[in-house]
Amino acid sequence: MEDRPQIGYSKRVMDHFMNPRNVGEVEDADGVGLVGNPVCGDLMQVTIKVEDDVITDIKFKTFGCGSAIATASMVTELAMGKHLDEALTITRQDVANELEGLPPVKMHCSNLAADALHEAIEDYQKKKKKEAEVAA
Amino acid sequence: MVYLDHASAMPVDPRVLAFARRYLEEEFGNPSSLYDRGLSTRRAVEAARGEVAALVNTGDPRSIVFTGSATESNNLAIRGTALRNRRKGKKILVSAIEHISVMNPAKDLQKQGFELEFIPVDRYGIVDLTALEAGLTPETILVSVNYANDEIGTVEPIREVGRVVHEAGAYLHVNATAAAGRIPIDLQQEDGIDLLTLSGNDLGGPRGAAALYIRPGVKVQSVMPGGGQERGLRSGTENVFAIAGMGEAARLAAREMADEMEREQAIRDRLIREVLEIEEAGLTGHPTERLPHHASFRFSRIEGESILLNLDTFFDIQVATGSACTSRTLEPSHVLLAIGLTHEQAHGSVVMTLGRSNTVADVRYVADAMRETVGRLRGISPL
Repeated sequence: MEDRPQIGYSKRVMDHFMNPRNVGEVEDADGVGLVGNPVCGDLMQVTIKVEDDVITDIKFKTFGCGSAIATASMVTELAMGKHLDEALTITRQDVANELEGLPPVKMHCSNLAADALHEAIEDYQKKKKKEAEVAA
Repeated sequence: MVYLDHASAMPVDPRVLAFARRYLEEEFGNPSSLYDRGLSTRRAVEAARGEVAALVNTGDPRSIVFTGSATESNNLAIRGTALRNRRKGKKILVSAIEHISVMNPAKDLQKQGFELEFIPVDRYGIVDLTALEAGLTPETILVSVNYANDEIGTVEPIREVGRVVHEAGAYLHVNATAAAGRIPIDLQQEDGIDLLTLSGNDLGGPRGAAALYIRPGVKVQSVMPGGGQERGLRSGTENVFAIAGMGEAARLAAREMADEMEREQAIRDRLIREVLEIEEAGLTGHPTERLPHHASFRFSRIEGESILLNLDTFFDIQVATGSACTSRTLEPSHVLLAIGLTHEQAHGSVVMTLGRSNTVADVRYVADAMRETVGRLRGISPL
Protein backbone atom coordinates (compact mmCIF):
# COMPACT_ATOMS: atom_id res chain seq x y z
CA MET A 1 0.00 0.00 0.00
CA GLU A 2 2.95 2.31 0.68
CA ASP A 3 3.83 2.84 -2.96
CA ARG A 4 0.27 3.43 -4.08
CA PRO A 5 0.22 6.80 -5.85
CA GLN A 6 -1.94 9.40 -4.19
CA ILE A 7 -4.86 10.45 -6.35
CA GLY A 8 -6.27 13.86 -5.58
CA TYR A 9 -6.29 15.24 -2.05
CA SER A 10 -6.47 13.21 1.15
CA LYS A 11 -9.61 13.24 3.29
CA ARG A 12 -7.81 15.37 5.87
CA VAL A 13 -6.90 17.99 3.28
CA MET A 14 -10.49 18.11 2.06
CA ASP A 15 -11.75 18.33 5.65
CA HIS A 16 -9.53 21.35 6.34
CA PHE A 17 -10.44 22.87 2.97
CA MET A 18 -14.15 22.50 3.66
CA ASN A 19 -14.01 23.46 7.33
CA PRO A 20 -10.91 25.55 7.78
CA ARG A 21 -9.99 26.18 11.43
CA ASN A 22 -9.05 29.61 12.75
CA VAL A 23 -9.80 31.72 9.69
CA GLY A 24 -9.30 35.46 10.02
CA GLU A 25 -6.98 37.88 11.75
CA VAL A 26 -6.14 38.01 15.45
CA GLU A 27 -7.02 41.41 16.87
CA ASP A 28 -4.00 43.46 18.00
CA ALA A 29 -1.74 40.68 16.78
CA ASP A 30 1.61 40.30 18.52
CA GLY A 31 3.17 38.78 15.44
CA VAL A 32 2.31 38.73 11.72
CA GLY A 33 3.77 36.41 9.10
CA LEU A 34 3.09 36.94 5.41
CA VAL A 35 4.71 34.59 2.90
CA GLY A 36 4.26 33.73 -0.76
CA ASN A 37 3.21 35.90 -3.58
CA PRO A 38 -0.09 36.27 -5.42
CA VAL A 39 1.87 36.14 -8.70
CA CYS A 40 2.77 32.53 -7.89
CA GLY A 41 -0.77 31.78 -6.83
CA ASP A 42 -0.18 31.44 -3.10
CA LEU A 43 -0.20 34.04 -0.36
CA MET A 44 -0.48 33.12 3.30
CA GLN A 45 -0.93 35.30 6.34
CA VAL A 46 -0.64 34.05 9.92
CA THR A 47 -1.35 36.30 12.92
CA ILE A 48 -0.60 35.28 16.51
CA LYS A 49 -1.33 36.39 20.06
CA VAL A 50 1.42 35.50 22.54
CA GLU A 51 1.34 35.35 26.35
CA ASP A 52 4.37 34.19 28.35
CA ASP A 53 5.92 32.85 25.17
CA VAL A 54 2.88 30.68 24.49
CA ILE A 55 0.66 31.08 21.42
CA THR A 56 -2.74 31.82 22.91
CA ASP A 57 -4.48 32.64 19.64
CA ILE A 58 -3.63 32.11 16.00
CA LYS A 59 -5.52 32.83 12.79
CA PHE A 60 -4.80 32.58 9.08
CA LYS A 61 -5.85 33.99 5.74
CA THR A 62 -4.90 32.39 2.43
CA PHE A 63 -5.08 33.19 -1.24
CA GLY A 64 -4.38 29.94 -3.02
CA CYS A 65 -5.38 26.45 -3.95
CA GLY A 66 -7.01 23.77 -1.82
CA SER A 67 -3.79 22.59 -0.24
CA ALA A 68 -2.71 26.16 0.51
CA ILE A 69 -5.90 26.66 2.50
CA ALA A 70 -5.67 23.24 4.19
CA THR A 71 -2.02 23.60 5.22
CA ALA A 72 -2.66 27.02 6.72
CA SER A 73 -5.63 25.71 8.64
CA MET A 74 -3.58 22.73 9.86
CA VAL A 75 -0.65 24.84 11.01
CA THR A 76 -2.93 26.97 13.16
CA GLU A 77 -4.20 23.78 14.84
CA LEU A 78 -0.68 22.49 15.39
CA ALA A 79 0.62 25.77 16.84
CA MET A 80 -2.33 26.75 19.02
CA GLY A 81 -1.35 26.65 22.72
CA LYS A 82 2.27 25.77 21.96
CA HIS A 83 5.35 27.40 23.45
CA LEU A 84 7.15 29.51 20.83
CA ASP A 85 10.24 27.29 20.92
CA GLU A 86 8.07 24.28 20.21
CA ALA A 87 6.07 26.04 17.52
CA LEU A 88 9.29 26.99 15.77
CA THR A 89 10.10 23.31 15.34
CA ILE A 90 6.95 22.65 13.28
CA THR A 91 8.11 21.91 9.73
CA ARG A 92 6.47 21.80 6.32
CA GLN A 93 6.82 18.03 6.51
CA ASP A 94 4.94 17.94 9.84
CA VAL A 95 2.08 19.85 8.29
CA ALA A 96 1.99 17.55 5.27
CA ASN A 97 2.14 14.47 7.51
CA GLU A 98 -0.72 15.69 9.69
CA LEU A 99 -2.76 16.15 6.52
CA GLU A 100 -2.05 12.54 5.51
CA GLY A 101 0.18 13.71 2.70
CA LEU A 102 0.03 16.23 -0.12
CA PRO A 103 0.35 15.60 -3.85
CA PRO A 104 4.10 15.80 -4.66
CA VAL A 105 3.68 18.86 -6.87
CA LYS A 106 2.10 20.73 -3.94
CA MET A 107 4.83 19.98 -1.41
CA HIS A 108 6.78 23.14 -2.26
CA CYS A 109 4.45 25.71 -3.76
CA SER A 110 1.43 25.27 -1.53
CA ASN A 111 3.07 24.26 1.69
CA LEU A 112 4.08 27.66 3.00
CA ALA A 113 2.07 27.53 6.20
CA ALA A 114 4.97 26.53 8.46
CA ASP A 115 7.02 29.38 6.96
CA ALA A 116 4.22 31.84 7.68
CA LEU A 117 4.01 30.60 11.27
CA HIS A 118 7.78 30.94 11.76
CA GLU A 119 7.68 34.43 10.27
CA ALA A 120 4.89 35.45 12.66
CA ILE A 121 6.90 34.17 15.62
CA GLU A 122 10.07 35.92 14.46
CA ASP A 123 8.07 39.11 13.94
CA TYR A 124 6.85 38.85 17.53
CA GLN A 125 10.37 38.19 18.85
CA LYS A 126 11.82 41.12 16.89
CA LYS A 127 9.14 43.47 18.24
CA LYS A 128 9.77 42.24 21.76
CA LYS A 129 13.51 42.76 21.41
CA LYS A 130 12.94 46.30 20.18
CA GLU A 131 10.59 47.00 23.08
CA ALA A 132 13.24 45.70 25.49
CA GLU A 133 15.86 47.95 23.88
CA VAL A 134 13.60 50.97 24.08
CA ALA A 135 12.87 50.19 27.71
CA ALA A 136 16.58 49.85 28.43
CA MET B 1 -24.75 17.12 -10.51
CA VAL B 2 -24.23 19.99 -12.93
CA TYR B 3 -21.42 19.02 -15.25
CA LEU B 4 -19.90 22.06 -16.95
CA ASP B 5 -16.61 20.69 -18.19
CA HIS B 6 -17.51 19.31 -21.60
CA ALA B 7 -14.31 20.73 -23.07
CA SER B 8 -12.32 18.34 -20.86
CA ALA B 9 -14.42 15.24 -21.37
CA MET B 10 -17.77 14.56 -22.97
CA PRO B 11 -20.07 11.73 -21.97
CA VAL B 12 -20.53 9.32 -24.85
CA ASP B 13 -23.93 9.85 -26.42
CA PRO B 14 -26.02 6.73 -25.58
CA ARG B 15 -27.07 6.46 -29.24
CA VAL B 16 -23.40 6.42 -30.21
CA LEU B 17 -22.61 3.69 -27.72
CA ALA B 18 -25.63 1.64 -28.87
CA PHE B 19 -24.38 1.98 -32.45
CA ALA B 20 -20.69 1.30 -31.86
CA ARG B 21 -20.59 -1.38 -29.17
CA ARG B 22 -21.05 -4.17 -31.72
CA TYR B 23 -17.47 -3.35 -32.82
CA LEU B 24 -16.21 -4.37 -29.41
CA GLU B 25 -18.43 -7.44 -29.20
CA GLU B 26 -19.43 -9.46 -32.27
CA GLU B 27 -17.70 -7.39 -34.97
CA PHE B 28 -14.17 -7.53 -33.66
CA GLY B 29 -12.30 -8.33 -36.88
CA ASN B 30 -9.22 -6.51 -38.12
CA PRO B 31 -10.18 -4.17 -40.99
CA SER B 32 -7.10 -5.33 -42.89
CA SER B 33 -8.26 -8.97 -42.94
CA LEU B 34 -9.88 -10.18 -46.13
CA TYR B 35 -12.50 -12.49 -44.63
CA ASP B 36 -16.00 -11.24 -43.91
CA ARG B 37 -15.32 -10.45 -40.28
CA GLY B 38 -12.56 -8.09 -41.41
CA LEU B 39 -14.42 -6.61 -44.34
CA SER B 40 -17.36 -5.66 -42.14
CA THR B 41 -15.13 -3.60 -39.87
CA ARG B 42 -13.41 -2.08 -42.92
CA ARG B 43 -16.87 -0.98 -44.07
CA ALA B 44 -17.53 0.50 -40.64
CA VAL B 45 -14.30 2.53 -40.75
CA GLU B 46 -15.06 3.82 -44.25
CA ALA B 47 -18.64 4.70 -43.31
CA ALA B 48 -17.28 6.65 -40.35
CA ARG B 49 -14.82 8.41 -42.63
CA GLY B 50 -17.74 9.49 -44.78
CA GLU B 51 -19.66 10.88 -41.81
CA VAL B 52 -16.68 12.79 -40.44
CA ALA B 53 -15.94 14.16 -43.92
CA ALA B 54 -19.56 15.23 -44.28
CA LEU B 55 -19.59 17.06 -40.94
CA VAL B 56 -16.90 19.45 -42.15
CA ASN B 57 -17.77 19.13 -45.87
CA THR B 58 -14.39 18.00 -47.10
CA GLY B 59 -15.68 16.77 -50.44
CA ASP B 60 -13.43 13.74 -50.75
CA PRO B 61 -13.72 11.45 -47.68
CA ARG B 62 -10.22 10.14 -48.38
CA SER B 63 -8.88 13.45 -47.08
CA ILE B 64 -9.76 12.23 -43.55
CA VAL B 65 -7.08 10.25 -41.68
CA PHE B 66 -8.09 8.60 -38.43
CA THR B 67 -5.73 8.82 -35.47
CA GLY B 68 -5.95 7.93 -31.79
CA SER B 69 -6.42 11.39 -30.29
CA ALA B 70 -6.51 15.08 -31.16
CA THR B 71 -3.00 15.28 -29.71
CA GLU B 72 -1.89 12.72 -32.26
CA SER B 73 -3.65 14.57 -35.09
CA ASN B 74 -1.89 17.77 -34.07
CA ASN B 75 1.45 15.95 -33.96
CA LEU B 76 0.86 14.50 -37.41
CA ALA B 77 -0.14 17.93 -38.73
CA ILE B 78 2.76 19.86 -37.22
CA ARG B 79 5.59 17.35 -37.33
CA GLY B 80 4.45 15.45 -40.41
CA THR B 81 4.01 18.60 -42.49
CA ALA B 82 7.16 20.36 -41.28
CA LEU B 83 9.39 17.33 -41.79
CA ARG B 84 7.96 16.56 -45.23
CA ASN B 85 8.37 20.15 -46.44
CA ARG B 86 11.65 21.07 -44.75
CA ARG B 87 13.40 21.65 -48.07
CA LYS B 88 10.96 24.46 -48.86
CA GLY B 89 11.71 26.28 -45.65
CA LYS B 90 12.10 25.90 -41.93
CA LYS B 91 9.87 28.53 -40.39
CA ILE B 92 6.70 27.68 -38.47
CA LEU B 93 4.19 30.19 -37.08
CA VAL B 94 1.90 29.22 -34.25
CA SER B 95 -0.65 31.42 -32.52
CA ALA B 96 0.14 32.26 -28.90
CA ILE B 97 -3.05 30.54 -27.68
CA GLU B 98 -2.63 27.13 -29.29
CA HIS B 99 -3.30 23.96 -27.35
CA ILE B 100 -0.31 22.35 -25.68
CA SER B 101 -0.49 19.49 -28.21
CA VAL B 102 0.29 22.02 -30.95
CA MET B 103 2.76 24.04 -28.89
CA ASN B 104 4.92 21.14 -27.80
CA PRO B 105 5.45 19.46 -31.19
CA ALA B 106 6.30 22.92 -32.57
CA LYS B 107 8.81 23.55 -29.76
CA ASP B 108 10.25 20.12 -30.38
CA LEU B 109 10.80 21.00 -34.06
CA GLN B 110 12.51 24.21 -32.94
CA LYS B 111 15.04 22.08 -31.09
CA GLN B 112 15.59 20.17 -34.32
CA GLY B 113 16.55 23.32 -36.22
CA PHE B 114 13.21 24.77 -37.31
CA GLU B 115 12.47 28.42 -36.67
CA LEU B 116 9.39 28.98 -34.49
CA GLU B 117 7.51 32.22 -34.00
CA PHE B 118 4.38 32.87 -31.95
CA ILE B 119 1.67 35.10 -33.39
CA PRO B 120 0.22 37.39 -30.73
CA VAL B 121 -3.51 37.76 -30.08
CA ASP B 122 -5.53 40.74 -28.87
CA ARG B 123 -7.12 40.92 -25.41
CA TYR B 124 -10.07 38.83 -26.67
CA GLY B 125 -7.83 36.17 -28.15
CA ILE B 126 -8.25 37.16 -31.81
CA VAL B 127 -5.10 36.47 -33.83
CA ASP B 128 -3.26 39.63 -34.88
CA LEU B 129 -3.43 39.46 -38.69
CA THR B 130 -0.85 42.21 -39.13
CA ALA B 131 1.63 40.31 -36.98
CA LEU B 132 0.80 37.15 -38.89
CA GLU B 133 1.48 38.88 -42.19
CA ALA B 134 4.74 40.28 -40.85
CA GLY B 135 5.81 36.86 -39.61
CA LEU B 136 5.22 35.14 -42.94
CA THR B 137 8.40 34.91 -44.98
CA PRO B 138 9.31 32.79 -48.02
CA GLU B 139 10.85 30.43 -45.46
CA THR B 140 7.49 29.85 -43.73
CA ILE B 141 6.05 26.43 -44.48
CA LEU B 142 3.34 26.04 -41.86
CA VAL B 143 1.01 28.17 -39.73
CA SER B 144 -1.20 26.77 -36.97
CA VAL B 145 -4.20 28.69 -35.63
CA ASN B 146 -7.08 27.15 -33.67
CA TYR B 147 -10.59 27.45 -35.10
CA ALA B 148 -11.79 28.34 -31.63
CA ASN B 149 -9.99 28.30 -28.32
CA ASP B 150 -11.02 25.78 -25.69
CA GLU B 151 -10.07 27.97 -22.71
CA ILE B 152 -11.59 31.31 -23.68
CA GLY B 153 -14.08 30.24 -26.35
CA THR B 154 -12.93 32.81 -28.90
CA VAL B 155 -13.62 31.93 -32.54
CA GLU B 156 -10.88 33.06 -34.92
CA PRO B 157 -11.43 34.85 -38.25
CA ILE B 158 -10.14 31.69 -39.91
CA ARG B 159 -11.03 32.69 -43.46
CA GLU B 160 -8.90 35.83 -43.25
CA VAL B 161 -6.12 33.85 -41.61
CA GLY B 162 -6.26 31.36 -44.48
CA ARG B 163 -6.14 34.11 -47.10
CA VAL B 164 -3.07 35.71 -45.54
CA VAL B 165 -1.30 32.35 -45.09
CA HIS B 166 -1.98 31.23 -48.66
CA GLU B 167 -0.88 34.51 -50.18
CA ALA B 168 2.48 33.78 -48.59
CA GLY B 169 2.48 30.23 -49.91
CA ALA B 170 2.42 28.44 -46.56
CA TYR B 171 0.14 25.68 -45.28
CA LEU B 172 -2.51 26.39 -42.65
CA HIS B 173 -3.25 23.88 -39.92
CA VAL B 174 -6.38 24.51 -37.86
CA ASN B 175 -7.13 22.75 -34.60
CA ALA B 176 -10.93 22.48 -34.63
CA THR B 177 -11.21 20.21 -31.58
CA ALA B 178 -13.26 22.75 -29.63
CA ALA B 179 -15.20 24.12 -32.60
CA ALA B 180 -16.34 21.04 -34.52
CA GLY B 181 -19.89 20.05 -33.70
CA ARG B 182 -20.48 23.48 -32.13
CA ILE B 183 -20.25 25.79 -35.10
CA PRO B 184 -20.52 24.92 -38.79
CA ILE B 185 -17.24 24.19 -40.53
CA ASP B 186 -17.26 23.99 -44.32
CA LEU B 187 -13.90 23.09 -45.78
CA GLN B 188 -15.10 23.53 -49.35
CA GLN B 189 -15.95 27.15 -48.62
CA GLU B 190 -13.30 27.97 -46.03
CA ASP B 191 -10.80 27.22 -48.71
CA GLY B 192 -7.87 28.43 -46.65
CA ILE B 193 -7.60 25.32 -44.51
CA ASP B 194 -5.03 22.68 -45.46
CA LEU B 195 -5.08 20.56 -42.32
CA LEU B 196 -7.82 20.31 -39.70
CA THR B 197 -7.82 18.45 -36.39
CA LEU B 198 -11.03 16.84 -35.13
CA SER B 199 -11.60 14.92 -31.90
CA GLY B 200 -14.06 12.05 -31.48
CA ASN B 201 -14.83 12.63 -27.82
CA ASP B 202 -15.52 16.31 -28.36
CA LEU B 203 -18.32 15.27 -30.72
CA GLY B 204 -19.80 12.87 -28.17
CA GLY B 205 -17.97 9.78 -29.34
CA PRO B 206 -15.71 7.53 -27.27
CA ARG B 207 -12.13 8.51 -26.54
CA GLY B 208 -9.56 6.78 -28.71
CA ALA B 209 -10.47 8.19 -32.11
CA ALA B 210 -9.71 11.51 -33.73
CA ALA B 211 -9.07 12.66 -37.27
CA LEU B 212 -6.85 14.87 -39.34
CA TYR B 213 -8.21 16.34 -42.54
CA ILE B 214 -5.46 16.73 -45.12
CA ARG B 215 -6.42 18.72 -48.19
CA PRO B 216 -5.62 16.67 -51.30
CA GLY B 217 -2.19 17.65 -52.58
CA VAL B 218 -0.82 18.73 -49.20
CA LYS B 219 2.34 16.79 -48.48
CA VAL B 220 2.56 15.20 -45.04
CA GLN B 221 4.76 12.39 -43.83
CA SER B 222 3.90 9.75 -41.26
CA VAL B 223 5.08 10.19 -37.70
CA MET B 224 3.96 6.65 -36.83
CA PRO B 225 5.65 4.17 -39.15
CA GLY B 226 4.37 0.62 -39.12
CA GLY B 227 1.89 -1.46 -41.08
CA GLY B 228 0.83 1.41 -43.31
CA GLN B 229 -2.82 1.82 -42.31
CA GLU B 230 -4.60 5.09 -43.13
CA ARG B 231 -2.77 5.60 -46.44
CA GLY B 232 0.51 5.05 -44.67
CA LEU B 233 -0.01 8.16 -42.56
CA ARG B 234 -1.04 6.47 -39.34
CA SER B 235 0.00 2.91 -38.83
CA GLY B 236 -1.64 0.74 -36.22
CA THR B 237 -4.72 -1.48 -36.33
CA GLU B 238 -7.75 0.77 -36.47
CA ASN B 239 -9.72 1.31 -33.26
CA VAL B 240 -12.93 0.36 -35.02
CA PHE B 241 -15.18 0.85 -31.99
CA ALA B 242 -13.95 4.41 -31.37
CA ILE B 243 -13.83 5.29 -35.08
CA ALA B 244 -17.35 3.97 -35.69
CA GLY B 245 -18.46 5.93 -32.63
CA MET B 246 -16.82 9.07 -33.91
CA GLY B 247 -18.58 8.60 -37.24
CA GLU B 248 -21.96 8.20 -35.60
CA ALA B 249 -21.29 11.18 -33.33
CA ALA B 250 -20.36 13.24 -36.40
CA ARG B 251 -23.56 12.17 -38.15
CA LEU B 252 -25.67 13.19 -35.15
CA ALA B 253 -23.77 16.46 -34.76
CA ALA B 254 -24.35 17.37 -38.41
CA ARG B 255 -28.07 16.74 -37.96
CA GLU B 256 -28.62 18.25 -34.52
CA MET B 257 -25.94 20.90 -34.05
CA ALA B 258 -27.98 23.92 -35.11
CA ASP B 259 -30.87 23.23 -32.71
CA GLU B 260 -28.71 22.00 -29.84
CA MET B 261 -26.34 24.94 -30.04
CA GLU B 262 -29.22 27.42 -30.13
CA ARG B 263 -30.49 25.76 -26.94
CA GLU B 264 -27.10 25.74 -25.22
CA GLN B 265 -26.31 29.28 -26.26
CA ALA B 266 -29.50 30.59 -24.65
CA ILE B 267 -28.51 28.90 -21.38
CA ARG B 268 -24.92 30.08 -21.73
CA ASP B 269 -25.96 33.70 -22.33
CA ARG B 270 -28.04 33.72 -19.14
CA LEU B 271 -25.24 32.06 -17.23
CA ILE B 272 -22.74 34.71 -18.30
CA ARG B 273 -25.18 37.48 -17.43
CA GLU B 274 -25.84 36.14 -13.94
CA VAL B 275 -22.26 35.24 -13.08
CA LEU B 276 -21.01 38.66 -14.18
CA GLU B 277 -23.25 40.22 -11.52
CA ILE B 278 -20.75 38.93 -8.96
CA GLU B 279 -18.36 41.69 -7.83
CA GLU B 280 -14.96 41.79 -9.50
CA ALA B 281 -15.90 39.10 -11.99
CA GLY B 282 -14.95 39.39 -15.64
CA LEU B 283 -15.47 37.49 -18.87
CA THR B 284 -12.40 36.10 -20.57
CA GLY B 285 -12.35 35.73 -24.34
CA HIS B 286 -14.53 37.46 -26.90
CA PRO B 287 -18.00 38.64 -25.84
CA THR B 288 -19.68 37.72 -29.15
CA GLU B 289 -17.19 35.86 -31.35
CA ARG B 290 -17.24 32.84 -29.08
CA LEU B 291 -18.35 29.21 -29.09
CA PRO B 292 -22.06 28.95 -28.23
CA HIS B 293 -21.58 26.51 -25.33
CA HIS B 294 -18.62 28.27 -23.77
CA ALA B 295 -18.42 30.62 -20.77
CA SER B 296 -15.14 31.64 -19.16
CA PHE B 297 -14.50 34.01 -16.29
CA ARG B 298 -11.95 35.44 -13.96
CA PHE B 299 -12.44 36.44 -10.35
CA SER B 300 -10.13 38.76 -8.47
CA ARG B 301 -8.42 37.87 -5.17
CA ILE B 302 -9.15 34.13 -5.28
CA GLU B 303 -7.58 31.14 -6.95
CA GLY B 304 -9.10 28.80 -9.54
CA GLU B 305 -8.29 25.43 -8.04
CA SER B 306 -10.00 26.29 -4.78
CA ILE B 307 -13.00 27.58 -6.77
CA LEU B 308 -13.09 24.25 -8.63
CA LEU B 309 -12.86 22.23 -5.39
CA ASN B 310 -15.44 24.37 -3.64
CA LEU B 311 -17.97 24.04 -6.48
CA ASP B 312 -17.42 20.29 -6.67
CA THR B 313 -17.48 19.59 -2.94
CA PHE B 314 -20.35 21.79 -1.83
CA PHE B 315 -22.49 22.00 -4.97
CA ASP B 316 -21.55 18.99 -7.15
CA ILE B 317 -20.72 21.34 -10.03
CA GLN B 318 -17.75 20.47 -12.23
CA VAL B 319 -15.78 23.22 -13.97
CA ALA B 320 -12.24 23.80 -15.26
CA THR B 321 -9.63 26.43 -14.47
CA GLY B 322 -6.49 27.80 -16.08
CA SER B 323 -4.89 28.36 -12.71
CA ALA B 324 -1.29 27.31 -12.26
CA CYS B 325 -2.25 25.15 -9.31
CA THR B 326 -3.98 22.60 -11.50
CA SER B 327 -1.27 22.38 -14.14
CA ARG B 328 1.63 19.96 -14.08
CA THR B 329 4.09 22.77 -14.71
CA LEU B 330 2.65 25.09 -12.04
CA GLU B 331 2.53 27.81 -14.70
CA PRO B 332 -0.75 29.62 -15.27
CA SER B 333 -2.43 29.10 -18.63
CA HIS B 334 -0.39 30.49 -21.53
CA VAL B 335 -3.70 31.42 -23.17
CA LEU B 336 -4.69 33.74 -20.33
CA LEU B 337 -1.23 35.32 -20.28
CA ALA B 338 -1.39 35.77 -24.08
CA ILE B 339 -4.62 37.79 -23.80
CA GLY B 340 -2.84 40.08 -21.38
CA LEU B 341 -3.96 38.86 -17.99
CA THR B 342 -1.41 39.15 -15.19
CA HIS B 343 -0.35 35.97 -13.40
CA GLU B 344 -2.48 37.05 -10.47
CA GLN B 345 -5.56 37.44 -12.68
CA ALA B 346 -4.91 34.18 -14.51
CA HIS B 347 -4.94 32.26 -11.22
CA GLY B 348 -8.59 33.15 -10.64
CA SER B 349 -9.97 31.75 -13.89
CA VAL B 350 -12.94 29.43 -14.36
CA VAL B 351 -14.10 27.75 -17.57
CA MET B 352 -17.63 26.40 -17.99
CA THR B 353 -18.51 24.41 -21.10
CA LEU B 354 -22.08 23.25 -21.58
CA GLY B 355 -23.47 20.06 -23.04
CA ARG B 356 -26.69 18.17 -23.60
CA SER B 357 -27.33 17.51 -19.91
CA ASN B 358 -27.45 21.20 -19.00
CA THR B 359 -30.78 22.96 -18.69
CA VAL B 360 -31.92 26.50 -18.09
CA ALA B 361 -32.69 25.49 -14.48
CA ASP B 362 -28.94 25.04 -13.97
CA VAL B 363 -28.30 28.74 -14.50
CA ARG B 364 -29.65 30.04 -11.21
CA TYR B 365 -28.17 27.13 -9.25
CA VAL B 366 -24.71 27.62 -10.77
CA ALA B 367 -24.79 31.41 -10.45
CA ASP B 368 -25.82 31.16 -6.77
CA ALA B 369 -23.18 28.51 -6.11
CA MET B 370 -20.59 30.65 -7.81
CA ARG B 371 -21.57 33.67 -5.71
CA GLU B 372 -21.34 31.66 -2.48
CA THR B 373 -18.04 30.12 -3.53
CA VAL B 374 -16.49 33.45 -4.40
CA GLY B 375 -17.77 34.96 -1.15
CA ARG B 376 -16.41 32.13 0.99
CA LEU B 377 -12.98 32.10 -0.65
CA ARG B 378 -12.68 35.88 -0.57
CA GLY B 379 -13.53 35.65 3.13
CA ILE B 380 -10.44 33.47 3.56
CA SER B 381 -8.24 35.54 1.22
CA PRO B 382 -5.82 38.12 2.64
CA LEU B 383 -6.03 40.19 -0.55
